[in-house]
Amino acid sequence: MRRVAQRMALGTCALLACTVALAGEESIHLIDAPGSDLTAASCVTCHSLDYIPMNAPLMSRASWEKTVHKMIDKFGAPIRPEDVDQILAYLTAHYSG
Amino acid sequence: MNDGTGKINMLTRRRWIAASTGTLMLGALGAARGQESSAPDGASDELLIALPGKKPLIKRTFRPPNFETPLADLRRTFTANDAFFVRYHLSAIPEIDARTWRLKVGGPSAAQPLELSLADLQHRFERVTLPAINQCSGNRRGLFTPRVPGVQWKNGAMGHATWSGVRLRDVLRKCNLQPDALEVVLDGADGPLLPQTPDFQKSLPIERALDENTLIAFEMNGRPLPHFNGAPARLIVPGWTATYWVKHLTDIRVQPQPFDGFWMKGAYRIPTGAFPGARFTSQETPETTPITQILVNSLVTAPSPDARLAHNRPAQLCGWAWDGGTGISAVDISVDGGLNWRAAALDKDMGRFAWRGFRFRLDTSRPGPLAVAVRATSRGGEQQPDKLTVNPAGYHNNKILSLALEVA
Repeated sequence: MRRVAQRMALGTCALLACTVALAGEESIHLIDAPGSDLTAASCVTCHSLDYIPMNAPLMSRASWEKTVHKMIDKFGAPIRPEDVDQILAYLTAHYSG
Repeated sequence: MNDGTGKINMLTRRRWIAASTGTLMLGALGAARGQESSAPDGASDELLIALPGKKPLIKRTFRPPNFETPLADLRRTFTANDAFFVRYHLSAIPEIDARTWRLKVGGPSAAQPLELSLADLQHRFERVTLPAINQCSGNRRGLFTPRVPGVQWKNGAMGHATWSGVRLRDVLRKCNLQPDALEVVLDGADGPLLPQTPDFQKSLPIERALDENTLIAFEMNGRPLPHFNGAPARLIVPGWTATYWVKHLTDIRVQPQPFDGFWMKGAYRIPTGAFPGARFTSQETPETTPITQILVNSLVTAPSPDARLAHNRPAQLCGWAWDGGTGISAVDISVDGGLNWRAAALDKDMGRFAWRGFRFRLDTSRPGPLAVAVRATSRGGEQQPDKLTVNPAGYHNNKILSLALEVA
């Protein structure tokens, strides 16, 4: 399921832009737990998933909330409002300092 | 997922493999893991990976690509084109055919719009070459305490090169500039994957755009710009941080009002009055203002940060110092934790936007720890501080460098 979600997202990128996904990012997988597929699919549309572990040591629920809302409000991330809670719960549980 | 999407995805991967120089993704990762222990910047989670046309660099993020220059590649006076750091905000980065590329220049404060080919730029304007530091605003963000979110750069989101091109002002003067010109807006061919994501566009105050050192460059170290450093032409704003050095330049617009794009109003801002440097008054609010000039700073290239020096054997400390365009007047070294300072010898001055080499002979006559600190001073009178000025985006880390060496 996670693979499918990532492939769908990467496929979306390929459709939208005449550019190539930089090789290597397929090696990055989020910690497998409830919410990981949804989180990966929401983030990987616009950026590789390494942004998440890179910032994890300094993140908290409050800072993830700020980040997710910045992605939606400023960058137009296509994340459904009803999915935000699950994404935040997942990021807070597995990618916080 | 339908078949069509799957096919495009497969094609995408094949295209990348065809574009890579014989090093497949997994091979590159494998090789990178093998080199980890020798990565000069230390941390074990750092991967060295080669983008097409680049040598292995420290991977911060794959997409958009953010790759840092290893310390070993910052020892040369001019950072090699294939080792120069890579920084993008958005992931759609087209390969541009220099033969069909066009630069549009216009806007409400330019009465005669222009469209220029690369050949026009190269033959219709005076060619200028200058050496300059290109430094990301967030260089050393990853060394902030407390840590700050963002790309966790260490020392290598910077490089030094000679840039060749034409003066932006020579181009603007062909456009019948109007007296109301306030800002010059710059856009490159790279952009967002989603139409609702703000495109990366920047603006400069008209005075800075008309500065004789602000260039549209098409060469770096005497060679065409590498793809990942902005081919076929990018802006060069010597002394200002790299956020203004717009890559893959396609549009230049002169306008009478402040540019209100996200990357000016919502990013690359620092607390007003917190740092020295040129002011960008048309973009300033009482709370925040755009980052502008590079602050005085230095980098030690040898010995390596945790080196053990041989007792009674000659040892030399060396590195680079630079600032936002006044030049370096002194680099001082302390070997007692900052109580006493002695001047390092300075290498030749290559220009006020270039970095300047320094060297200092370390005393290895006493075995034990050797706490070295390095502090650069600019001709403008700025000096590296001993404390960070904390700011939300983690910009301007120019704190005095400390090295914990050991004589044994």
